[in-house]
Amino acid sequence: MQPLGKMDATAQTRTVIEGRGVGKSFGGGSVIALEGASFSIQAGSFVSLVGPSGCGKSTLLRLISGLIDRTSGQLTVHGRDVTGPHTDVGMMFQRATLLEWRTAIENVLLPVEIQRTVTAADKARAAELLAMVGLKDFAFSFPSQLSGGMQQRVALARLLQTGVDILLLDEPFGALDEFTRERLNIELMRIVGEVGATTLFVTHNILEAIFLADEVMVMTPRPGRLARMVHVPFARPRTPELTLTPEFNALVAEVRDILGTH
Amino acid sequence: MADMTAIPAAGGISLRQRRLLTHLGIFLTLILLWELGAGMGWLDPLFFPAPSAILTSVWRIYVSQGNIWYHLYVSLGLVLAGFTAGSILGIGLGAVVGMNAVVRRFLQPYVIVLEATPRIAVAPLLIAALGFGVTSKIAIIMLVCFFAPFINTLSGVINVDRDRMELMRSLGASKMQVLRKLVLPEAVPVIMAGERLALTSALSGVLVAEFIQRDQGIGTLILTYTRNLNMASAFACILTLTLIGFLIFKGMEKLDHHIAYWKNEAGLRRVGAKRARAWAMSQKGNAHA
Repeated sequence: MQPLGKMDATAQTRTVIEGRGVGKSFGGGSVIALEGASFSIQAGSFVSLVGPSGCGKSTLLRLISGLIDRTSGQLTVHGRDVTGPHTDVGMMFQRATLLEWRTAIENVLLPVEIQRTVTAADKARAAELLAMVGLKDFAFSFPSQLSGGMQQRVALARLLQTGVDILLLDEPFGALDEFTRERLNIELMRIVGEVGATTLFVTHNILEAIFLADEVMVMTPRPGRLARMVHVPFARPRTPELTLTPEFNALVAEVRDILGTH
Repeated sequence: MADMTAIPAAGGISLRQRRLLTHLGIFLTLILLWELGAGMGWLDPLFFPAPSAILTSVWRIYVSQGNIWYHLYVSLGLVLAGFTAGSILGIGLGAVVGMNAVVRRFLQPYVIVLEATPRIAVAPLLIAALGFGVTSKIAIIMLVCFFAPFINTLSGVINVDRDRMELMRSLGASKMQVLRKLVLPEAVPVIMAGERLALTSALSGVLVAEFIQRDQGIGTLILTYTRNLNMASAFACILTLTLIGFLIFKGMEKLDHHIAYWKNEAGLRRVGAKRARAWAMSQKGNAHA
């Protein structure tokens, strides 16, 4: 079983994802989804990708996961060149994408099943992860018996079961109501903190992006570009009251300024 | 009709029972009118033999003479063989073609042409090619059974949820794992719908095969009775087929609920409870070990 704990201090400064002039175009270069993105992401950090539709934030996430191939630049994960889908990262989408014919815990075990034979330890870990996301009593419920928020919790547990230390989250709570989303965001921060995972979180909500992150990648559209990385200095754990402070709002204003949306 | 108006007055019975009684009332009235019409000579007995005559025939072909059993056995055996072979071929080919974009592109025009052709029309050709006998009969049934599972499996496989597909790929699943763990289970409800159609078609298929070959089976029996103007016995055979058709429909419905358990509330509860029990058992086993 893997230990749940923070990475040690030396690991914090290690670069896990690095991009140099990463670009992606479709249709033989006629549509540019992303252009010249250069960045480096440190181990254990929480990075938000924020920007309007068409800024290439989802594209960047898919490039890092290897689900689509870049058309220019260099991109490495754990120092290795990304050439196709790889298991160093785990993805989570706006839709929970659970398998309806499997119970919650069977969905959590899916990543293990694909890699190897499921052991008793894997099962215990799955139960532990379901408890961590607050679904201890719903292990044998089917997705159709769960609410949208609960389905996303199962998806998060499944993602953590993969044991990867890089989480790519593409607007994971975007389809949920405001209240559920806020609660899940706070739980997400707690959980990734406990696991010590590096997290990339795509959103179009500036407040959410800053509230969750250590670094915010601000992206602009047509063509998709990484405009700037904004550092978020606030201590953790954070509470919703943080969003009312002048320091927080100054940062919001700064991001809005970059995006040109006053 | 007097008894029908009296039904709502009977207190203490549920709406469901009342409806059932109404249906029974209408049915019995119709049968009675039919019997009366046949007895009085208003209906041509050649087209509408009296219900009592049909009932007598049922008794004769099932009990006193008992000759229908052999033909039923022959026909249902053929249905089962042709349906099984046709389904396996349909589902298998549907999965292969669905998973392979190149094969699909090349096969598509042929599939459209074949789908537009009435399958029964090919039956005489199959007999010419394979000769009279069991082989060509099974081939005819296979042919009518093949398409519904094939087309449904194909569309189920092609229309697999894109996000789930992406998830499986990001988890590093092999093509075989994607097929077994995602594509086929997701296609199960639509495949089952195809199987329901196929089994009903199989029943028509065996009748056509036997109409043409006229050697044995329920189709041949109907043909023989009709030629001898024994309409009551022909009706008795048709009633048998009605009953079989109904049982097939109900049976497939039950099977569908069982296999695609996640599509109905009762199935979700049943399977969920079963898996929870299995899990608890395995945990107990681990604790003892």
